[in-house]
Amino acid sequence: MDRLYIYISIAVMALITYAIRALPLLVFKKPITNNFFRSFLYYAPYVTLSVLAFPAVLYCTDSLLISSVALICSIIITLVFGNFVLTTFCGCMVVFLLELLVG
Amino acid sequence: MSHTDRENFRQGSAGAVPIFVLYLCVSFSLGISCANSGLNVLEAALMSALNMTSAGEFAAIGIISRGGSYAELALSQVVINLRYLLMSAALMIKLKPNETTGRKMLLATGVTDEIFGISVLRRDPLNPYYTFGALCTAMAGWVSGTALGVVLGNVLPGILVRSLSMAIYAMFIAIVLIPSRADMVLGAVVVASMAASWVCTKIFPGMEGGIRCIVLTVLVSALAAAVFPRKDG
Repeated sequence: MDRLYIYISIAVMALITYAIRALPLLVFKKPITNNFFRSFLYYAPYVTLSVLAFPAVLYCTDSLLISSVALICSIIITLVFGNFVLTTFCGCMVVFLLELLVG
Repeated sequence: MSHTDRENFRQGSAGAVPIFVLYLCVSFSLGISCANSGLNVLEAALMSALNMTSAGEFAAIGIISRGGSYAELALSQVVINLRYLLMSAALMIKLKPNETTGRKMLLATGVTDEIFGISVLRRDPLNPYYTFGALCTAMAGWVSGTALGVVLGNVLPGILVRSLSMAIYAMFIAIVLIPSRADMVLGAVVVASMAASWVCTKIFPGMEGGIRCIVLTVLVSALAAAVFPRKDG
């Protein structure tokens, strides 16, 4: 494989990804006062993460059943404890234990 | 760097320890993909250090492995990473009004899903050094995980890899649900977003994941902002 092609590709990716991250911060000079736009920006990241999480989470293991149980456990643990480290750890453990049982 | 900046940097780098562990796991599988696509450990680590984006990097590896054009690669990154535009704009309204350009550029380096997730939960105004501190910890995990994935590749048993693949989704679930516990409207928006995402995959099965993410983010957020405008802005 052509090494130069890979390095240029990495540079192209880095440039574009940083530009996307930096543009709003550097271009928007004044705080946004429009309430619709502020509300839009408040909701947007939660919508993005929700869309990224579901339904993809159902296919992150080889078994729909195991993924579903892990998802439900993650939701319950989050609602009860409100701690994202605990949720992440338990989500992985549920998959691990169920795979041990099933496999 | 003032005393407050140092304190914020310290809090950010400590607060991101769970993200370090998470990124170590997630980027491990990224490293396996890199190795399968012919990237060596240096190239894979460099890509992770300069990009810090799971979905963008996964897509890029696929394009690079089949020798795709730079234009195609660039377009894929714009589409898949466009959500960072919205996240940066959301962080912008949390900054104090007279924040300097240099500090904003520093803040921009740390806009990933998870670092955004912990930064947006900070009380206003957000100090960019908090996010930058979090980035330093998170990047250590992301880069070393990628490198380990390339080197150790397929040594790890499949059950561990599948267990670890749940990590990123469990984390996303927690980030959207924790603030929803005290905000029924946000909770409804989260549930509606997931339902819309599921319906979208059924109606348009061929739709690329990154595009679905952008379309639904714009549509659902605009609808939510119109129907439930925030009182606090």
